[in-house]
Amino acid sequence: MSDKIEVTLNVNGAEHRIRVEPRKTLVDAIRDDCGQTGTHIGCEHGVCGACTILIDGEPIRSCLMFAVQAQGRRIRTVEGLQDGDTLHPMQQAFMQYHALQCGFCTPGFLMLAVGVLEKRPDIGDDELLEVLSSNLCRCTGYQNIIKAVRAIAADMRAAR
Amino acid sequence: MKPARFSYHAPRSVDDAVALLAELAAEDGRILAGGQSLVPTMAFRVAQPGHLIDINAIDSLATIEVDQGRARIGACVRHAAFESKTPITGPTGALLGKVVHNIAHYPIRVRGTFCGSVAHADPSSEWCCTVAALDGEMIARSRRGERRIAAPDYFQGVMSTALEADEMLTAVDLPLMPADTRCGFQEFSRRPGDFAIAMALAAYRLENGRIADPRIAIGGAEVFPRRIKEAEAALVGQPANSAAFARAAEAASEAIEPMEDNFNTAAYRRALVMTLAQRALEKAR
Repeated sequence: MSDKIEVTLNVNGAEHRIRVEPRKTLVDAIRDDCGQTGTHIGCEHGVCGACTILIDGEPIRSCLMFAVQAQGRRIRTVEGLQDGDTLHPMQQAFMQYHALQCGFCTPGFLMLAVGVLEKRPDIGDDELLEVLSSNLCRCTGYQNIIKAVRAIAADMRAAR
Repeated sequence: MKPARFSYHAPRSVDDAVALLAELAAEDGRILAGGQSLVPTMAFRVAQPGHLIDINAIDSLATIEVDQGRARIGACVRHAAFESKTPITGPTGALLGKVVHNIAHYPIRVRGTFCGSVAHADPSSEWCCTVAALDGEMIARSRRGERRIAAPDYFQGVMSTALEADEMLTAVDLPLMPADTRCGFQEFSRRPGDFAIAMALAAYRLENGRIADPRIAIGGAEVFPRRIKEAEAALVGQPANSAAFARAAEAASEAIEPMEDNFNTAAYRRALVMTLAQRALEKAR
């Protein structure tokens, strides 16, 4: 019943052949079996958004998916954002606007914001706020996160 | 917490899925679609299914089809599908596109499914309220065959439906409303994305300036969503004005048997339903 299943996870372009029990959530497999600990685990029941990652370009809660379900899907985590030593513009904006204090929620917010803006660079401000309300932050009071994401959204619109 | 152990099955066809379900229902085999309700309950170990039958690889279930005045929403259609253009046009499509923004948060809507929500049957599910309002029909498949279940027969209580343990909800059929139907939806929750404490969906047409074919469904307030006949009767033949809406809203508020919980008394929910029904009707105007 608890037999492990062989799964290949593609995380940030690297293939990880792992053996997991079906009950292992995707976030646990990414952290424990693939060694990519940038993605954080908060509530483990889909409320806090700390474990938000991109699957085939869409932000999802990786605590609400099992690792066996991610076979063949393109997974992106916070480790995949930077280009060499250069931080992703969203990461730079989070620094510039002080959009983090303890940093626990940051990987989830980054992936949420990057995922939504890559798909919908022309998203309206009301909808952007609705999207950002998905995740919890206990430090910043959200305003600086919103400022950082708005700044990148404006840059993306200007670049088009 | 971590979910308890289970065996994982990923059938490629509906026939295979219902065959597995027939075999495994006795060991609490369950269908896994988007998992946005089931997996949290497994994390709390409230649910400890022995088997999960993952239907995400069944491509034929991921489609919305419109035919002969009905929209058929397959079991793997995600909530987020309704945030962009779907084959469902007219007032029904517009209504679904509005309602979807009340469901949880974007990353949940990307993964969670319309039919999963209807199968889970949480009283505060926006889709369940929509299905009740529009007289939707649930398509249930098992190895014994297929049956259609009308909304009033389908919803039976809090997370309780007419689906048998060996039945899979393969699709929901929604009859499309006439092109001149006006719709409004309103819900109240303490924060955006939270479970609604109550919601109201209103729809009607105008014939010679008078209300015809009114629909008022209330969700979140009672153990399952339903159309409120008393409120609809108060609207028939009335002009579409605030006084008529107020009488209908009051009738809805009086007709329901509200749930109580630690945060919301029955009286509060009753008052909320009056306000939301009125606002939903005003939105429809």
